[in-house]
Amino acid sequence: MTPLLAPASEAELAACVKDAASPFRLQGLGTKPTLGNPVSSPQVLSLRHFTGLVIYEPEELILEAGAATPLSDIEKTLAQRNQMLAFEPPDYASLLGSTSAGSLGGVVACGLSGPRRVRAGAARDHVLGFSGVTGAGVTMRAGARVVKNVTGYDLAKLATGSHGSLVALTSIIMKVLPRPETEETLVLRGLDDAAAIALLSEAMQSPADVSAAAHVPGVGTYLRLEGIAPSVAARRDRLVKLLARDTGILGSAESTALWTGLRDVKPLWPLRESAIWRISVTPSEGPAIAARIAREIDASSYFDWAGGLIWMAVSNASDGGAAVIRAALTSGHATLMRAPDPVRKAVSAFTPQPPALAALAARVKQSFDPGNFFNPGIMVKG
Amino acid sequence: MIAMPLPDADVMSRRDDIAAALRRIIPVASVIDAASALRAYESDGLAAYRQPPLVVALPETTAQVSAILRYAFDNNIKIVPRGAGTSLSGGALPLADGILLGMAKFNRVLDVDFANRCAVVQPGVTNLAITKAVEHKGFYYAPDPSSQIACTIGGNVAENSGGVHCLKYGLTTNNILGLEMVLVTGEVIRLGGKHLDSEGYDLLGLMTGSEGLLGVVTEVTVRILQKPETARALLVGFDTSEDGGQCVADVIAAGIIPGGMEMMDRPAIHAAEDFARCGYPRDVEALLIIELDGPQVEVDHLIERVKAIAGQNKARTLKVSTSEAERLAFWAGRKAAFPAVGRISPDYICMDGTIPRKALPQVLRGMEDLSKKHGLRVANVFHAGDGNLHPLILFDANTGDEFDRAEAFGADILRLCVKVGGVLTGEHGVGIEKRDLMPEMFSEADLEQQQRVKCAFDDKGLLNPGKVFPVLHRCAELGRVHVSKGNLTHPDLPRF
Repeated sequence: MTPLLAPASEAELAACVKDAASPFRLQGLGTKPTLGNPVSSPQVLSLRHFTGLVIYEPEELILEAGAATPLSDIEKTLAQRNQMLAFEPPDYASLLGSTSAGSLGGVVACGLSGPRRVRAGAARDHVLGFSGVTGAGVTMRAGARVVKNVTGYDLAKLATGSHGSLVALTSIIMKVLPRPETEETLVLRGLDDAAAIALLSEAMQSPADVSAAAHVPGVGTYLRLEGIAPSVAARRDRLVKLLARDTGILGSAESTALWTGLRDVKPLWPLRESAIWRISVTPSEGPAIAARIAREIDASSYFDWAGGLIWMAVSNASDGGAAVIRAALTSGHATLMRAPDPVRKAVSAFTPQPPALAALAARVKQSFDPGNFFNPGIMVKG
Repeated sequence: MIAMPLPDADVMSRRDDIAAALRRIIPVASVIDAASALRAYESDGLAAYRQPPLVVALPETTAQVSAILRYAFDNNIKIVPRGAGTSLSGGALPLADGILLGMAKFNRVLDVDFANRCAVVQPGVTNLAITKAVEHKGFYYAPDPSSQIACTIGGNVAENSGGVHCLKYGLTTNNILGLEMVLVTGEVIRLGGKHLDSEGYDLLGLMTGSEGLLGVVTEVTVRILQKPETARALLVGFDTSEDGGQCVADVIAAGIIPGGMEMMDRPAIHAAEDFARCGYPRDVEALLIIELDGPQVEVDHLIERVKAIAGQNKARTLKVSTSEAERLAFWAGRKAAFPAVGRISPDYICMDGTIPRKALPQVLRGMEDLSKKHGLRVANVFHAGDGNLHPLILFDANTGDEFDRAEAFGADILRLCVKVGGVLTGEHGVGIEKRDLMPEMFSEADLEQQQRVKCAFDDKGLLNPGKVFPVLHRCAELGRVHVSKGNLTHPDLPRF
């Protein structure tokens, strides 16, 4: 059995870390075990007891909760006051074969954002502060419970997406926003990838205030509008006119279902044996990059973020397609989200960085975790 | 006055050698070392603090910045980066023993990419010039600090600048996608790009708002947005700041995020009205400007909803703009608030705390008490939507100890902001101005972690020393923390 430590308080957590003789694998609710490079440490440091709402002030647009609070609980709480986490945190349970969307801390630590990224920003734009214990065993906090703050370094952004390699998060302060009253989605059919992304770009450049833009090859091209009903209707009419193509409309319920699926990578669920990649690129380059990859390996993909996010499933490649994918990138980077164990062991989950940047990142890691006690190797393959 | 670190006499004695070395890197005329010419750089927007630099270098390429930093690193010479010098917190205050690295020659827009809704610009491009470069297609760059005609995007990145629209559109950090920067060693790195999430640790987020202490930015990729189709504003007066504050809370609770939501207190209203004759009511305690922007139909709809909310909160006066001219007239007084206050007082300092909005009445009352205690007047303008308070403390620098009292008053206000759950600075930065107040907000452990991050970038402490951190830890001391667990304090280290 895996040795597991589950401290019940910040003081206990700090003591665990200070007394540690060997490194830890950090865990919230354990729903995203394949994100990042494999961590070989047998010892699990569970943060599951840091759970529950600390404070929620809808009028101040802030919420603070324990890092292991289930995301679904937080979304339920926010929905009661018609608010939301605007970056649309995804639920990768089906993709990763786990039981739930996991915790707030997991989404923050992995820096995961959904389709609304193009309009509302990423997870990192909504994390206002945190409390936690560094790899050196120091209890600290960063940021504050206000939406506008430039006091000191923005360590909340640094912690977001750091995959538990710097600090064990115990509590997180989030910026929350009003939930749109309604939504609609425009659907266009029959576009090839290049034409679809060009059309999405045209829509994104219009004043229609598009809140999500995706293209599923062979299925459809989608543009979401959100807001108050009269505004959505007016923007929809103008966008339809601008695009000058045969356009279908999905009402609120269908639209929600569609974008939940695209957010959660549903189009790739049937490809159970494939390696799954999340590729972030300059949006207009998306189709050319995807085509370059598909010429060399067996890949199927779809586009979110108006072409800037390619979700790709690769089968029959011993390295999961890593070499071909990374060679094809003219911009951005590719992250391996899921793959059979041998592939994960062989391939770097993140695009390797140039030497000066990699050395700087290593020094930043060391500044929080000088003994390399937290998730060693998760960011950079050892 | 807040003290700066004692200059290094040895470095100062080498001024001529240093200038000569810089002239081997950049053109002769781009190195300034004549005493009369150095005076032009002796202060930034925090004008009470003045210090001519050792020498000014004005590079114009990334390679030159890299060579200058490498030279400074090898010779242990401090560097203070500077954009347009509009910082209100002293972020660009020079050092007597440091090279002032002026980035003004980096003034080109390199690439406007409408297809990807972004622009690549050099750091010396002004904030407003970015909008000018993209507005022919209906785009703009959203963060709009009041100095936007002069301040540079490089300075905006350093300070994480805001503006009146950042509740809806975010601060600088939410509107940039990529950076090229030079580390103190001269190494050049790129963070992010035109893609929407940067890889590895979010060093882009860390750099933004790092106040020139971590590196020198040489290129910035910014997001550009389509301009809202229209904007309309309401001008609402209240008998009490409680009513005004409740109105703001109710607007947000109703799910409305206005493009701008500004509040002024009675002294600020009167100063603005006297100066700009903008038609503000003189008999109210709080005045709100609430601006809705977006598609016409949306704006018209929301205006009615906000109007109803204002009515429910005992609005005493209420006007809705029916033309662009009228909307601009509502703003005229607010935008003139600083010069207006400048007219009724020989000097003023502008503070910048953020508070939870619900604490506004308490903070305003506290400020009245502090005003009596320090014997100085204060006028308040307030980015009410996001709780960012700008108290303007009125004083006369030529009268006795008024400057010292104004600084003490300002520090007391910021302590009060922190006490009610707020922060020391919402958009101006810590700089030297709030440096010594950092322990009010952060524990020693919090501050030491921030300094360890600084050490990861600049372990010799050459970049903009004396700013942000009240105690200068040597990186070697901080590095030992893990080894000497439980021994976090260093009482032997000097405060300056």
